[in-house]
Amino acid sequence: MTSPEQTVTEKRAESATAQGVIGSLWGKVRSGEASLLPILFGLAVLVAYFQVRNSVFLSAGNLTNLFVQATIFILLAMAETWLLLLGEIDLSVGYVAALGATTAVILLDAQFHWPWYLALLAAIAVTTAIGLLQGLIIIKLRLPSFIVTLAGLLGWEGVLIFFVDRQGTGGTIPVQEKVLYDLVNGNLSPLATWIFTAASLAIFCWSILRKDQSRRASGLEAVPFVVTLMKVAALVIAGIVLVLIFNTNRGTFTVLRGMPYAIPVDFVMLTVGGFILTRTKAGRYIYAIGGNPEAARRAGVNVDRYRLLAFTLTGVTAGVAGLIYASRLGGISDGVDGGNLVLLAVASAVIGGTSLFGGRGKIIHAVIGGMVIASIYNGMALINMSAATQFIATALVLLVAVAMDSVARRSTASR
Amino acid sequence: MTTTSGSTGRAVPENATHAVGPEVASPPPLLQLRGIAKHFGAVEALKHVDLDVPAGQVTALIGDNGAGKSTLIKAVAGIYPPSSGEIFWEGQRVTLHSPRAAEELGIATVYQDLALCDNLDIVQNMYLGHEATKHGTLDEITMELETRRVLTELSVFTVRSVRQLVGSLSGGQRQAIAVARAVMHESKLVIMDEPTAALGVTQTAQVLELITRLASRGIAVLVISHNLNDVFTVADRIAVMYLGTLVECGPIANYDTTRAVELITTGAGARVEG
Ligand SMILES: Nc1ncnc2c1ncn2[C@@H]1O[C@H](COP(=O)(O)OP(=O)(O)O)[C@@H](O)[C@H]1O
Ligand SMILES: [Mg+2]
Repeated sequence: MTSPEQTVTEKRAESATAQGVIGSLWGKVRSGEASLLPILFGLAVLVAYFQVRNSVFLSAGNLTNLFVQATIFILLAMAETWLLLLGEIDLSVGYVAALGATTAVILLDAQFHWPWYLALLAAIAVTTAIGLLQGLIIIKLRLPSFIVTLAGLLGWEGVLIFFVDRQGTGGTIPVQEKVLYDLVNGNLSPLATWIFTAASLAIFCWSILRKDQSRRASGLEAVPFVVTLMKVAALVIAGIVLVLIFNTNRGTFTVLRGMPYAIPVDFVMLTVGGFILTRTKAGRYIYAIGGNPEAARRAGVNVDRYRLLAFTLTGVTAGVAGLIYASRLGGISDGVDGGNLVLLAVASAVIGGTSLFGGRGKIIHAVIGGMVIASIYNGMALINMSAATQFIATALVLLVAVAMDSVARRSTASR
Repeated sequence: MTTTSGSTGRAVPENATHAVGPEVASPPPLLQLRGIAKHFGAVEALKHVDLDVPAGQVTALIGDNGAGKSTLIKAVAGIYPPSSGEIFWEGQRVTLHSPRAAEELGIATVYQDLALCDNLDIVQNMYLGHEATKHGTLDEITMELETRRVLTELSVFTVRSVRQLVGSLSGGQRQAIAVARAVMHESKLVIMDEPTAALGVTQTAQVLELITRLASRGIAVLVISHNLNDVFTVADRIAVMYLGTLVECGPIANYDTTRAVELITTGAGARVEG
């Protein structure tokens, strides 16, 4: 009777050594459980390359720009992640985001003049409703998401052109309202940057420490305390480096310092998304359905309800992405390339480590993948590479990521 | 018989099944199926099946491929509601429209095609659909402790860690997880479809031992098997299906391998009329 208990205890002791931790890491990398490591390494290589080619790359001004550039990829990739986890896809997410942004800019213009918070909420309400509608069609009529959202890709572009052109402002509606404009172009004050970062770090580190602490208190296997401390230290250092970057003056004629508002937006979406996926039943069921929908159904999970929830969350996230997009471009035009946006969104998620086959991925992957895509675009522009090279390089990175995804899938499937 | 020492839980119901005739005092069998039929379009997978499944005993459901065994248990598990017929649970008439409805009664099913999520870990699979929560969020600690407790208690196999992905487990380990999942939710009836079909010798022995242990805890076990060796090792009762009908059902002592094979292959209807 005691033998299994003993085995568990022994294994716990074994993995508690630092060597055991490193040893098991490689296995996790191969099976895709620790998918962050290879891509972080890849990102570091990219950064090093661009920095060697052009020392402007790692300047505070360019890095801040890079983070802002990445935001749109990150948010659209997060939107896509909800569906990729289910093994579904949303091809319309680029135009849906743009349509939300259109709603906001129209409601904010001289004709309607809504207060900013209502206009932004309306934008998100529109994209949420679209997500819900597409989800309902896909689930109730049992159609493939690929086809329905392909129709969305075409249809919502039509709707977008209709509304933008109806404004009679020459195919572009400019953002004239301060809050929406500042979403990307405004900054927290240097002090607020410190406070925001310190508060975020405190929350993150506290939750990491608390989790480890309660596991240890319950006698469960936990990583060695040193490793936890190293994790916390790494986070704190990263946070301080970020603040120092953002708070360096990057203006040429006037002083320009502080964290762009887009960063806290990313952070909030990351935290909320991560919370839903890892701490709630809904998140657990999204993974389960993505892994084996029939198993989830037999376990009593209302599969359709959670699929619909994922489509809705994609809509919500797309709404936020659209606002950031309009803010960055200073307006919305009838020439938005929603097709390209969705490709880069899926690419970001997959490059970050989220599987195209469903059941495997994290919200943080969208952040890392979005940073990689933005680095490629930003870095290549800095070293004057042609658009042709940029496309080809992005394609290669995506191919590598998909290949890794596929290898990870096979290594877990083959046991 | 393989009844092991200290299996007080099974002795009582066993006597009960031997008793014949109208008995006012004895409780009804845990599960009673009456006239269950199931059509898939023109295919008549089940034709008027009657079956009793008593608590604390292992009932083996045997029959050739296509006899309707899987369809019958899916009717009980709420996967394919029957076209006609009645199901009684603890003497009460029930309808089982969904897997959830069956589960709420205390019916747990371990399917032939294992219903586990490879991308989730052992704890997550064990609790899928029944997650423990605290302040509205998942209570991972409780779930992990309880999973370890159940796995240790069943003491059938060892795993590296309960946080291991199920996709990385061996066939026997997966089967054991599927069974443990059924046990953990305090099921009264555990149904298993070919639990040893994909397993090696040692793993088969482990799963059979697990089945015996379930019955000794007073749980009713309904197990489908093609392997008559396994059946005669663990079963207390035997039920034979042939082309959608249940041809015979009774205590295992009334059968031997030859008789069982005959029933499986020919349906040997003669005994049923009598
Ligand atoms: N979902 C289904 N649709 C149509 N026919 C089915 C379905 N499931 C089972 N059947 C048919 O019902 C009969 C009994 O099948 P099954 O219950 O799987 O048999 P067993 O498990 O005893 O081998 C077979 O003829 C099979 O083809
Ligand atoms: Mg079968």
